[in-house]
Amino acid sequence: MIFSVSESVQDTLISSKINSGGESDWIMHHVLDSHEFDFAPFGSIPLPHISLFGLDISITKHVVFLWIVAVLLIIAFKIAANAYKKSLVPHGFTNFMEVMIIFVRDDIAKPTIGKGYEKFLPYLLTVFFFILFSNFLGLVPNGSTITSNISVTATLAIIAFIVIQGGGMMKNGVFGYFRGLIPGGVPAWLLPIMFIVEILGLFTKPFALAVRLFANMTAGHIIIFSLIGLIFILKTFYVAPVSVAFALFIYLLEILVALIQAYIFTMLTALFIGMAVHQEH
Amino acid sequence: MAEILNLALLAFSGGGESSGGLLDVNPGLIFWVLVTFVFLMIVLTKIAWKPILASLDEREALIKDSLDSAEKAQKEAEKLLKKNEANLAKAEEQAQKVIAQGREYAEKVKSQMLEESKSEAARMIKEATAQIERKNQEAFNKLKDQVAEIAIEAAEKIIRENLDKEKQTKLIDKYLKDLNKN
Repeated sequence: MIFSVSESVQDTLISSKINSGGESDWIMHHVLDSHEFDFAPFGSIPLPHISLFGLDISITKHVVFLWIVAVLLIIAFKIAANAYKKSLVPHGFTNFMEVMIIFVRDDIAKPTIGKGYEKFLPYLLTVFFFILFSNFLGLVPNGSTITSNISVTATLAIIAFIVIQGGGMMKNGVFGYFRGLIPGGVPAWLLPIMFIVEILGLFTKPFALAVRLFANMTAGHIIIFSLIGLIFILKTFYVAPVSVAFALFIYLLEILVALIQAYIFTMLTALFIGMAVHQEH
Repeated sequence: MAEILNLALLAFSGGGESSGGLLDVNPGLIFWVLVTFVFLMIVLTKIAWKPILASLDEREALIKDSLDSAEKAQKEAEKLLKKNEANLAKAEEQAQKVIAQGREYAEKVKSQMLEESKSEAARMIKEATAQIERKNQEAFNKLKDQVAEIAIEAAEKIIRENLDKEKQTKLIDKYLKDLNKN
């Protein structure tokens, strides 16, 4: 009987998916992950299903783009790092990369973490450029924004959570870190409540990080697709100039959002690290 | 128990593999992101962040050093300039002193020479005066002699005219006496 409950829930979910498809199905197709790699208008390549210890670790479209981001990052920074071997004075591409690296170092890590920021710099730089490249790759035709997948942003948030707590515990000790969570001068009867609130606060921070990045990156794409979709829903060409103009505007806004979200995610992570490391403030 | 787990999985994945929900969590993707991100962080730290940050630090140190040394050099130059100025002032002062000394010396020499020539002139004048005086005396003496001679001659003439015999003899006698005495 219990088995049937589970099955019926699954059935309902599937049927609701099928029924609710309709006009917006193709938008979801572009935003969501899939088991094929699109080369519109040249068709698509099916991607393999892999399973490890019962866990579905199929190479999906987002995994492919994840790897493209990783390869692009490695190539880009290999070139930048090699340029420094020739001369300490960068130019061209290296200069551009250096501006962003210095931005992360001097405007994000240094003011928020303060003393001892060097330890967290590799993580912050990786997160910043990973999100930045991912966001921009989503703006390329046929590209897919991996940061508009809640799994990806959740994983980034989990890593941020580990780094934040780990940084705090390494600096203050495990016991000292948890003691430092509660601000001084709190009445004793309030302590249990404060402790629960603070522990909850530890989890809400990365949760907010994940949802913020996911929502920002998804919303822009859905708006663009919806604007373009107006042409097909209204079945007229006359709406095309308006749709394209607005879509272009949103696209330009997306470029800004791509930069801002990479900055915000890194900035907030650095801020939380700073709060965990320097608890006295 | 297994059923509850299954339900939880359903709630999370929104209906298994065939699902397409926006908020679906795909454990496989989480796994790949985790692996890729950690790998990426390790690789990038090794090939990029460490060398690039080291280069940045090195360059910053270089710039700071250059600025420091430039500042030091400027300070040194300023010190040198000040020293030069002081030297120049000293030299000027010395030159002024030398000129003053020279002027003073010249003044002294001048006044000395003036004094000398003055005294010389005075001496010469004195000498000339003395000579004139002497010559005057001489001329006066000569004149006196001449006058005496003339007077004697005149007297002689007069006497010769007025001398009588008696008187003459008397005179001759006297002369003779005088001659004898001599």
